[in-house]
Amino acid sequence: MSTASVPVAAGTLVRRKPPWAVRRKRILVAVADHSLLIVVAIMFLAPFIFIVLTSLMTNEQALSSHLWPSPFRWGNYIDVFREAPIWRWAINTFIYSVLATLGVLCSSIPVAYALSRIRWRGRDLAFATVLIALMLPPVVSVVPLYVMWAKLHLVGNLGPLIIPNWFGDAFSIFLLRQFFLTIPEEYLDAARVDGCGELRILGTVVLRLAKPAIAAVALFSFLYTFNDFFLPLLYLRENPSHWVLQIGLSEFRSLHQVQWNLTMAATLLVMMPVIILFFLAQKAFVEGVTLTGVKG
Amino acid sequence: MTEAAITAGAFTQERRRARRRAAWRRRRLVLLLMSPWLVGFCLFFGYPLVMSVYLSFTHYDLLSSPKWIGWANYHYLFTQDPQVGPAVRNTLWLILIMVPLQVLFAFGVAMMVARARRGVGFFRTIFYLPALAPPVAATMAFVYLLNPATGPVNVILGHLGINGPLWFQSPQWSKPSLTLLSIWGVGNLMIIFLAAILDAPQQLYESAELDGAGPFQRMRWVTLPTISPVILFSVVISVIAAMQYFTQAYVAANIASGQASQAGDQTVNNLGYPEGSTLFYPVLLYQHGFRFFNMGYASALSVLLLIVAFTVTVLIIRNSRRWVHYAGAVK
Repeated sequence: MSTASVPVAAGTLVRRKPPWAVRRKRILVAVADHSLLIVVAIMFLAPFIFIVLTSLMTNEQALSSHLWPSPFRWGNYIDVFREAPIWRWAINTFIYSVLATLGVLCSSIPVAYALSRIRWRGRDLAFATVLIALMLPPVVSVVPLYVMWAKLHLVGNLGPLIIPNWFGDAFSIFLLRQFFLTIPEEYLDAARVDGCGELRILGTVVLRLAKPAIAAVALFSFLYTFNDFFLPLLYLRENPSHWVLQIGLSEFRSLHQVQWNLTMAATLLVMMPVIILFFLAQKAFVEGVTLTGVKG
Repeated sequence: MTEAAITAGAFTQERRRARRRAAWRRRRLVLLLMSPWLVGFCLFFGYPLVMSVYLSFTHYDLLSSPKWIGWANYHYLFTQDPQVGPAVRNTLWLILIMVPLQVLFAFGVAMMVARARRGVGFFRTIFYLPALAPPVAATMAFVYLLNPATGPVNVILGHLGINGPLWFQSPQWSKPSLTLLSIWGVGNLMIIFLAAILDAPQQLYESAELDGAGPFQRMRWVTLPTISPVILFSVVISVIAAMQYFTQAYVAANIASGQASQAGDQTVNNLGYPEGSTLFYPVLLYQHGFRFFNMGYASALSVLLLIVAFTVTVLIIRNSRRWVHYAGAVK
């Protein structure tokens, strides 16, 4: 506001602009005050900047100690797709992420509803199992599950990654339950008085009111599966036709002795969807937060 | 209930039957809604847990059926396996050095961002973005940034007259390199801390200031106590995550050793590269289970991890009562 140079036309609230010397001093003080913050912020951005710069270098440059590309080699981004089946990896990733996220939503929402808005004996015990599952390190159950999928002859394709998500995800159930609990009972009672069954209440009233929480769960689930490396490594390593982006990227350099410039281009390509999603979904998040804020 | 007693017998019976039918329908509905989780919990948690314990007493290579060998796996684990000691020490290094640095750094950045009068959202985005980067991609970027000869970091250090270390290529520097990577991705913790700090009641700061508390005293006596539950939460989460630290270690070793083998040595075992310095406990588990297909021994490792993880979590939460302050708790 202090930089507003337009003289205030309304005239009622004339704020006198402080003299330049004062303003300069203020800005300098603010910068000095936040200098550490600014330096740290630049250091956090630096890796991104170096990735972008390297991805535009020629191979010789990437191996030299020059930091600035000259000439800019935009063709790297075409070569990347020629070097590796990135589209195939992307499609596999997409199948994994979308089917897993759908599964998490379809299975976790009803469970969270039963655990929060219907009264029944054994509910606390059932909720305790969710908390236990939440605390159990996934690495622990990996061996027997691998044995199980191997017996079912599903190792090597996406099944073992997707199927478990259709049986409820502890974190999502927990998050949705906490949110469902905040929905005022009167809304549900009103629907009940109008003759709605529990399923209809869940399908209409609760789903509509819990949109921000559901969006958050979908987003987390999508990010988690998109970034997942461990499970694809276990189940897909031997079968390159089913590789997802993360596996493909980790093997990218060794595939055909690919150079750093192309590797960084691929790295950036794999980062992009997540970053784009963040900027798109940031609004959804803010909306969600304000929505809950209005409700109390 | 009293009205039911007053009404005629036939009518009561009718009502009772209707009520029973409603209760039955209700139970069926709950069962229907809960069914994914009931099946999922048994299939993906209960069954593996029981199987882990069983398999840990067997020799099993996936080809022939499991052979009962009693405590042999545990005996080998505790007394003979030369890799368990270093793997435990490496993982302890993460818990004792990496986790505290992460928490401290996240707290420091959150404090600074909270203090900034302008651009809170802008700074929050900058510090949060790296946390979103897929771990594989972030690790590859750091192996490149920190590559000893031509990596930008060592080039810049060189311009400053500092001889940069070998980073991921040196057993002494590989864990600090991973720590740098983890600090870069600390955005999640930072967001949680920031929200808690901004949420602290403003009156407390004002009254502390009136009492003549300086900025550091305000941090010590107002900020820290109010956000201590959040700190506890993040410590527990980070410690559990450190015990499962895998992806970054695996990818860093893989890429960095690829760099080394380019220089000639092809036979290098890339898990734990260099010299086993990044062989953390989960990497060891992976090696036995999914490189050697020694399912029995891998199960023994995972049972031990489960017990330790559970004990550590309980210990942290137990001890926390001394330093965590719950606002409004009447305990």
